[in-house]
Formats: sequence, structure tokens, C-alpha cells
Amino acid sequence: MIKKPPKMCKKQNIIETINLTKKFGTNIAVDSLSLSIQQGEVFGLLGPNGAGKTTFLSMLCTIMKPTSGTALINGYDIIREHPFVRRSIGIVFQDPSVDSDMTARENLQMHADLYDVPVSEQKNRIKAVLQLVGLLDKADDFLYTYSGGMRRRLEIARGLLHYPKVLFLDEPTIGLDPRSREHIWEYIRKLRERENMTIILTTHYMEEADSLCDRIAIIDNGKIVVMDKPSLLKEGIGGDTITIGCNEPERLHQLLIREKLSERILISDMEVKAGVKNGNLVLPRVLESAFNAGIHINSVTISRPDMNDVFIHHTGKTLQVDEVREKSGRLAMMKRRRAR
Amino acid sequence: MSELRGIYTLWLREVKKFLREKPRLINAFCQPLLWLFIFGTGMRFSSAIPGINYQEFIFPGLVIQAMLFTSMFLGVSVIWDREFGFLKEILVSPISRTCIFLGKMLGVSTDVMIQGIIIFPFAFLIGIRTDLYIFLKALPIMLLVTFGLVCIGLTFASLMKSFEGFGLIQTFINLPMFFLSGALFPLANVPAWLQWASYLNPLTYGVDALRTVMMGDTWVQLFPMSLDILVLLGFDILMFIIGKTAFSRTD
Repeated sequence: MIKKPPKMCKKQNIIETINLTKKFGTNIAVDSLSLSIQQGEVFGLLGPNGAGKTTFLSMLCTIMKPTSGTALINGYDIIREHPFVRRSIGIVFQDPSVDSDMTARENLQMHADLYDVPVSEQKNRIKAVLQLVGLLDKADDFLYTYSGGMRRRLEIARGLLHYPKVLFLDEPTIGLDPRSREHIWEYIRKLRERENMTIILTTHYMEEADSLCDRIAIIDNGKIVVMDKPSLLKEGIGGDTITIGCNEPERLHQLLIREKLSERILISDMEVKAGVKNGNLVLPRVLESAFNAGIHINSVTISRPDMNDVFIHHTGKTLQVDEVREKSGRLAMMKRRRAR
Repeated sequence: MSELRGIYTLWLREVKKFLREKPRLINAFCQPLLWLFIFGTGMRFSSAIPGINYQEFIFPGLVIQAMLFTSMFLGVSVIWDREFGFLKEILVSPISRTCIFLGKMLGVSTDVMIQGIIIFPFAFLIGIRTDLYIFLKALPIMLLVTFGLVCIGLTFASLMKSFEGFGLIQTFINLPMFFLSGALFPLANVPAWLQWASYLNPLTYGVDALRTVMMGDTWVQLFPMSLDILVLLGFDILMFIIGKTAFSRTD
């Protein structure tokens, strides 16, 4: 197929969505979403389960057709020019999608053929991407001998094989142990530096989004709630979080509201988290009130806001790592290991 | 060009996987032996068909049977690809659905042909007259049978969501097609309903054509060779269209 030159986007927007919408029956999964992403950006999509992240991603990857609206990727329309869009993007799915009866090299070879990587470059390119994710010495092992983390790394390598302009990572580190997660972060950082690649990732992990992304969009109910640099997001909500360990969190909660010491309060088993403007000034008053009320306090911490706080601030929900999903991810992996 | 390379790489995957699966190859080799030597010998001596060596008679039928069962089993492998996520990787590639279907079909067809050809050496063991010329004439007929069957398998795989339905295919496709093909008994003396049911089965024409080639004058043809070929061709084209349509709808 002859590659036609991409139309020029405005400035250097590699992705531009225009009122992108997806409905399933009466349920609106993605609600008229418009945003632009610049070349070389690492862009994070955060949101609770069912917020529309994966649906949004699926439409950009041309797996799903939008109900209305459209998007341009690398200058190509995702509806009318999807074969060109597909050549411009690499995708790492949430669920594993490698063939475990084949070796790593065979999986990559097949991908290179499907994506029309020139034959003369295939060998070197495969070597290069394997090296990037540190799997070169395991290139000829069958994938059923690979661990979950290694498969993930191979999938990232595969996503990069055909020189995509944009790499989509849907929950790239879900179900992985902390060390494998650390590895994957490292590759993502390397990619940004070396290849000036645009990376779009969805994640459940706040610290992941915070440490990797140039910009973050928090999505809830199919809409962008807020979108900015992580540092600005954290500044934006203002104030500190006071975490108080005590035996009667429920009573302390009521007390803090009655005394108008804090308005954003989250309680758990043995803890109360209160959002306040200036922790250093408020904390003594909190302790005094608690003492007067006879509430015994075990521990106290003041912390600057992190992404978790940003998330709670904007969505009113905690973004706990969904254990069911994690388990099912692991199950799928076990299933495929058994199926060889 | 890129589409051709895509078809090639999908073909290669199927063939590699087939040849690597040693237990299946052993099974492919041994099952026809049981039919030929135990079932064949038993039938030959207990219910002889006048003027015909029963083992020679069922040999072409067994080739077709092996190809039928393999087509269904491997065709349904698309379900595994879906179950373990690999199908997604192929579906999002720039290759068109038609070419994906073609690559898969050609790959599975190659496996099925290998399965059919494996059985041929046994012809020497039971003393059937056969030579390279006969073998070469048999190949195109086997190929025509294979394409249609593989498309049936792929059609079901596209429609089925899980592997649980495979038992249904076994009962409602494999066995009826096998029993109604004239592979195990001649259709000349059976009741009219059984005869007509068999004539509706495209495999009957495949078995007939294969026997014409392999048994020579000892076999009284059911239909002229040209009709056999025509029916098989029609069967292939129809099943290809149905299979391709069903596959294009999967997501």
C-alpha cells in the first residue's frame, strides 16, 4: 500500500479529538470529549472504573467506532482513514495478547509482517526493541516460559516495532509486582527521551501518573473533570492533608465539621484524613479540640497534596486499586499459561 | 504487497503451531491405523461387499474423515486465539479482515492437507495399489474438500463465543457429515432417504471422486467426475463467502 503523506495538523498536535462520543444504548460512556495532545507528550488518563478511559482509548485505536464526533491521529481521521491510523500507533492492551506457543522473536516477526516493516530492517529493528526492554537474551524462548512482567515488556517492545508516532498503554503495570512496574516505568521514560514518542497511558496508580506524565486528564462519567500538569494539579487543590490516627474516627470527623476546621474529610478504620488550607496553623486547634472532647489521638501526619488527593478532590471518590480487576488480570495470565 | 506478507505470516503461524504439537501429530498418525486395521479388518471378514476389498474401499473415506475432523478442530482454534487475546493483536493490525481470514484459512488448510497426506503410506501396508501418479491425482481433490471444510470450521469459530460448543459440532457436523458421505458403506443399496441425505452432503462427492482416482475400475462411480468437481467447487465458494462474512463481523 502506498503511504500518502499525512495532512498537517494545527501546530504539533499529534492527537486531536473533536466532540468524541460513544453511547452504549442510553449509557454515555464517552461524552463529547475534545482535547489535543502534543507530539512528545506523555499523557495520562486517570479515572475510576467505568469512567470511559478504555472506551476512549479503543476509539482512538480504531477498535471501536465513535457514535459521533471524531479524532485525528498523526493527521489521519480515525473513522475514514483507519488503516493509516493503525500504522501510526502502537497499542499495549490491558489484557495479554501475545501468542505463548511462539518465541518472542516469532511474535515480533509476525507483528513486523502484519505492520509492513520493510524486510531489510526487520532483523535489526527486532533486535533493537528487544534490547530496549532487556529481553534480547531470551529472544528465542517460548513465551510460556515468560513471567507476567516479561510478557508485558515484550508487548511494549512489540508496540514499538513499527516505528509508531503514538504509543497507547492501557493499564501497563496492572497485576505486576513493584520491581516489574519499576522496569516498565524506566522504559517509558527512556522512550520519551530517546525517540520523542507521544505516549498515552491509562492507569489506576496515582504515583505512576504523577511520576511519568507531562499532563494528566482526570475522567469521570465520560467527561474530563480536570486536565493539567501534575504539579499544577497538586497546587490547584491547595492546602495540606492532616492524617490523624485515633480510636474514634467517626466522632473526630463530626467534631472537625462542627468546629469548621475542615470541609474535606475522609475516614477509614483508624484514621481521619482532613484537607486544610494550612496544616501548620490548623493542626494545633485540631489537637486541642480533640483533647477537650476526650478523643485519644495515636498519631499525626501533615502531608503536601499528592495525586490521590487531587483525585479525591475532583471526583469525590478514592481511586483504590481495583482488586477484582487485578485478580482477573492475573487469572487470565494463569489461564494462558495452562493452555499451552 | 503488505497484504500478501500479512497472509504469509498468518499462514506460517498456523503451520508452525501444527507441526510443533507432537501429541497431535502422533494422534494424526495412529488414529487412521486403528480404523484401517481393526475396523477395516473386522468389516472385511464379517460383512464383505462382493468384488471389493473393504480396506481398499474405506481408505479414501478415512482420508476424508481425518481431514474433516482436523478441519473442524483447527478451524475452531480461532476461539482459542480470542480467549487468550491474540486475536485482538491481529484484528487491530492494518491488514484487512478478508486477508486475515484468507491467511488463517490457508494455514489451517495446509495443516489439514498434511494430516490427509500422512495417511497415504498406509496404503502400501494394506497392499492397495497406489503410485505417485494416483497420489498426484488425489491431491487436487483433497484440496477442494479441505477448503470448504476449513471454512465451515472458521464459520463456527466466528459465531461461537467459547469452546464449550465444540461438542455440538462433533455431534451435529462431524459425525453426520462422516456417516452420510459413503465413507464407510456403499450408497448403492441403502434406503432412499439415506441415499438422498448423503447426496445433499458435499463430502459424498469428495469421497466418490477420491475413490474414482484411487480404486480405478473396481469402483462404480456414483457421479461423473466433472459433477463431483463442480459440486466441490460450489461448496468451497459458498463456504468461503459465508465464512468470510461471519469472520468480518467478529470483534
